Amino acid sequence: MENMENQVLIETKRLKKYFPVPAGFLHAVDDVNLTINKGETLGIVGESGCGKSTLGRVILRLHEATSGDILYDGMDINNFTADEMRHMRQNMQIIFQDPYASLNPRMTIGQIIEEPLKLHKVYKTAEERRQRVEELMDLVGLPMRSYNQYPHEFDGGRRQRVVIARALSINPQFIVCDEPVSALDVSVQAQILNLLMDLQKKMGLTYMFISHDLSVVKHISTNIGVMYLGQMIEKASKKDIFDEPLHPYTIALLSAIPSTNVLEKSKKIILKGEITSPINPKVGCRFAARCPFATEKCTSVNPEFVEAKPGHFVACHRWEEVANGTLKFHD
Amino acid sequence: MDKNVVLDVKNLHVHYVTDDATAKAVNGIDFEVKEGEALGLVGETGAGKTTTALSIMQLIPDPPGIIVDGEIYFEGKNVIYNTDKENQAMRGNGVAMIFQDPMTALNPVMTVGDQLSEVVLTHEKVSKAEAKQRVIDLLELVGVKSDRYDDYPHQFSGGQKQRVVIAMSLLCNPKLLIADEPTTALDVTIQAQVLDIINNLREKYNMAMILITHDLGVVAETCDNVAIMYAGQIIEAGTVREVYLNPKHPYTRGLFDSIPKLDDDSTELIPIEGAISNAADLPTGCYFHPRCRYCQDICKVEQPTVKGTDHKFMCHFDLFSKEEK
Repeated sequence: MENMENQVLIETKRLKKYFPVPAGFLHAVDDVNLTINKGETLGIVGESGCGKSTLGRVILRLHEATSGDILYDGMDINNFTADEMRHMRQNMQIIFQDPYASLNPRMTIGQIIEEPLKLHKVYKTAEERRQRVEELMDLVGLPMRSYNQYPHEFDGGRRQRVVIARALSINPQFIVCDEPVSALDVSVQAQILNLLMDLQKKMGLTYMFISHDLSVVKHISTNIGVMYLGQMIEKASKKDIFDEPLHPYTIALLSAIPSTNVLEKSKKIILKGEITSPINPKVGCRFAARCPFATEKCTSVNPEFVEAKPGHFVACHRWEEVANGTLKFHD
Repeated sequence: MDKNVVLDVKNLHVHYVTDDATAKAVNGIDFEVKEGEALGLVGETGAGKTTTALSIMQLIPDPPGIIVDGEIYFEGKNVIYNTDKENQAMRGNGVAMIFQDPMTALNPVMTVGDQLSEVVLTHEKVSKAEAKQRVIDLLELVGVKSDRYDDYPHQFSGGQKQRVVIAMSLLCNPKLLIADEPTTALDVTIQAQVLDIINNLREKYNMAMILITHDLGVVAETCDNVAIMYAGQIIEAGTVREVYLNPKHPYTRGLFDSIPKLDDDSTELIPIEGAISNAADLPTGCYFHPRCRYCQDICKVEQPTVKGTDHKFMCHFDLFSKEEK
């Protein structure tokens, strides 16, 4: 684990995923370039339908990409055979949103956590597997007596612990967390977030953390990518995204989060309209229809995803005006 | 008292009784809502928020639900003794409710215009043309174009459907609006739009509102008062400012400590250990004691009483009074 800094684990190049629909193609993921360094968390935020879950699944090859490359530790896994991929999956796991749907109700907790160990034939004997399962249960804070219990006996938080133990069983390096705390109550949500962060520290895990909840993403991420209609429209360090957002959508998104601060009422930016259809999108910036600063150029020319500042990428024709303060939502 | 009290709930107890067990969903809550005021009802899943709302609407499914004790006064009249007919007149007209899921609150085989006109025609003696005009006016007010009058619910997006549901609840100028997680199913930018609409309309009609949510941020931005519920009790209540700046109950503190803050870069979240108790098997003493980090012997045996007048809380101790500056 030495020299983990700036070692790229995941990289995508012009990654695309189009789904064929009767009316044409649904551009779920469109031209996404991203890198995730080892030991880091990349948070992906965006509203429903922006393609954040699809992106996570395409990277794990749970969906086949339409075009583009996916590099894992420098290897182009998009061209791996099914057999090679099965091997590869030991390194990459996913945690889903709904812990009620992702556990088999007919299996005990012990069996659920043990299954990946059997599939990947990590240990030879049942004894070793049992020992490993107990180790994992301890790691995620499940009491030993739950070994023979069934998922229905657990609440959401404890189920999500089972899901995490299962994902960790084969020692993956990279985990896609797809809204792992969205179905949980806030007090329990904090337990799971703390657990994920502890595990990352202990085991040097790399996360891609998908969520619509910006405060959760801010809490857990190193870098943040903002998606809108299949495209990555801004990506930067957590600090840059929150302190100096450059894309008008990011600015509006940040301002829309209800704040618990009763002393300072922030002025909300109320965007007009809603997310447009991702089916056969027109040329130009996809946010233009809702953007108060849209010009003719925005509806006719695709904005490039450029590096505005070191490590801070944005896809907007007018980012310079946003950066120097000439464009403002409020006077 | 300068404002009229619209709703006064006293010592409400609601149980769900089945053959196996009795789930005590609401256990003696008291609160009132005045004209034009907004109360935020906050709590986790299973805290009894929705049961409280359904009791006010007289919509508790019976069986298994029973209001075992208490009074609910709406405009001075105890609705618990209402006949079905009186209830029908009250719902929609006096008290209206917005449900969490706009997808299931609308009839899929009726056009939006028809189901909204139906509300007006049921409650008031007006002609069809007048009803239609009222519906169109209100739809415009919430930002739905009038040419969508003849569309079916599936042709609307989630945010648009929630607007339709809001319009539907406001058709008869209710005195009290109960909004049960009205924005939980929506994206943040759409949530901001919908909250903005609700706030504007509330001001315009001087309507009282109970906003049920688990999101403390939403309450901070829309409500005057807040009541925090836990295991069927209101464990802390007061003005939003007072409760948010100076929470007195360990559970309220715990809630604030477990949400990641945007304007604060501290890395550590302090979760509340454990999970909410089963309503069919509540602990003795204070219902929160198994999860409370300040738990003493008395908490395990004796239920705390309500302390305070304006800022009420239910705890044996005034744990945080010294922290005030």
